[in-house]
Amino acid sequence: MSPKIRPLTITEKILARHAGVKEVTPGELINAEVDIALGNDVTAPIAIHEFKRIGAKKVFNRNKVVLVPDHFTPNKDIKSANQCKILHDFAKEQKLTHYYEGGEVGVEHALLPEKGVVVPGDLVIGADSHTCTYGGLGAFSTGVGSTDLAAAMITGRLWFKVPETMRFVFKGRLNKWVGGKDLILHVIGEIGVDGALYRAMEFTGPAIDNLGMDSRLAMCNMAIEAGAKSGIIAPDKITRAYVAGRAERPYKFYSSDEGAQYCETLEYDCLEIEPKVAMPHLPSNTKNISEVGKITIDQVVIGSCTNGRLEDLAVAARILKGKKTAKNCRLIIIPATPFIYAQAMKKGWFDIFLKAGAVISPPTCGPCLGGHMGVLAAGERAVATTNRNFIGRMGDVKSEVYLTNPAVAAATAVKGRIAHPDEVV
Amino acid sequence: MKLKGNAWKFGADVDTDRIIPARYLNTSDSAELAKHCMEDEDPAFAAKVRSGDIIAADKNFGCGSSREHAPIAIKAAGVSCVIAKSFARIFYRNAFNMGLPILESEDAPDSIATGDIVAVDTALGEITNVTKGLRFKARPIPPFMQGLVAAGGLLEFIKKTGVGLN
Ligand code: SF4
Repeated sequence: MSPKIRPLTITEKILARHAGVKEVTPGELINAEVDIALGNDVTAPIAIHEFKRIGAKKVFNRNKVVLVPDHFTPNKDIKSANQCKILHDFAKEQKLTHYYEGGEVGVEHALLPEKGVVVPGDLVIGADSHTCTYGGLGAFSTGVGSTDLAAAMITGRLWFKVPETMRFVFKGRLNKWVGGKDLILHVIGEIGVDGALYRAMEFTGPAIDNLGMDSRLAMCNMAIEAGAKSGIIAPDKITRAYVAGRAERPYKFYSSDEGAQYCETLEYDCLEIEPKVAMPHLPSNTKNISEVGKITIDQVVIGSCTNGRLEDLAVAARILKGKKTAKNCRLIIIPATPFIYAQAMKKGWFDIFLKAGAVISPPTCGPCLGGHMGVLAAGERAVATTNRNFIGRMGDVKSEVYLTNPAVAAATAVKGRIAHPDEVV
Repeated sequence: MKLKGNAWKFGADVDTDRIIPARYLNTSDSAELAKHCMEDEDPAFAAKVRSGDIIAADKNFGCGSSREHAPIAIKAAGVSCVIAKSFARIFYRNAFNMGLPILESEDAPDSIATGDIVAVDTALGEITNVTKGLRFKARPIPPFMQGLVAAGGLLEFIKKTGVGLN
């Protein structure tokens, strides 16, 4: 008779399974198998350099090492071009099946779920902090550094400290114009940018059960902004519908056991949550849209791995239909993947965006990290649907970034100041 | 490892964009990155910092992106050690994986001001503010991670054990 296993959280179950053990305990160090190891044009060059330096010849599995040059592409300058070429050459040499460039590349954390490269139950590591996004599918995924990526590319394994789990229960219905972005900004505003440091964040409750996949991915995307190791939502019928026809590999649904141990449980009534604005210069510096006051805005960016998906562009199109962006306010819309780009065009949203005066950018991280395609000057203020508003994040150190959901961003572009969507529609 | 140097003090939640701004991430050359270390926090830092100096900061140092360019820039700028009340987890991993000594202490950072001489014994986990004559204990480093440091980083550890090299 095997001894009875204590009740486990979804995170503990996925980690135990990948470490080849029955159970794991928070604080324990484990060596676990990795399903997908991801790198981009910023982090992979260092990983590839380290890979070669220690004399490795072959990646552990050419189907499981994924390279997405999305940050400075289409190549912004000679230096970026050289970085991207390192990925290109390595992908060719190693015959990687998941390497994307040109018209195939999209923002990594939008691209991988969309293409079914990551699936529920996976253990995913990525040399990018927003790798935690895939928790939206019910996978354990976490950001690591380039050295970790090199180690995983070589061995297919990595060391992890099993995190404690914090549970967030969302009750009630979502208010109009409120999405996953607002729920996570609300949480970060309450617990702070290190409120979940070293921990897993598990999002649950009736409001999550009804939340669409794009919003789930957006919520888990920002777990890192609370310092968390990962964010996760137990897969359900919404997940099943999303992965149907996409998943490249068999997948497995895990969920937390009754009686699983949480280091903390926080409850929220969604009726009390209105659209949120994270003021400069921290994602935790949140206000309700009704409390923000008149703040003029020079540029609005709708895109990124947080809010550059179809659901996001749909709400932007709804608000911008028949409207014009305010004079002196630039609107940049960046569909996160080629598929989203094509869909938005097919649905007629490009016409709406172009008539409104928007610039439509090819899929890229671009301005999200102050790279290109919309960098801010000193003294300029931007509203962005991205995930970070640190000092200098989108350009000059004297510029400011306000984080919002896509509805508020679109309304802001029309008004030229931070605006509630109800003021426009 | 015993280290001693001039301290540079920073506040809470110093993010990786402040350690090395994203506009410089189109290179991974360490000397180039070092030139811009802490630039948006203190534009003169890279010019002023001297080899062996120590950074002391409040909580959540290195939050934000996963860029290893952050610890690389700090190390290449000559900084020998970072002491903070806490570190963001990816920065913590990265520092160990690449062999930049870091120590967590709840009390030491409060006592340290820019310009203080600070001594650190990483093996004992001891931090001494030489200027003020104060001694602090750092949070212990798990044995596995001490092993990583002893091997010279994660990849050297893998190389030594030979696991997965094909
Ligand atoms: S869109 Fe922004 S946050 Fe997302 S991966 Fe790109 S740079 Fe990072």
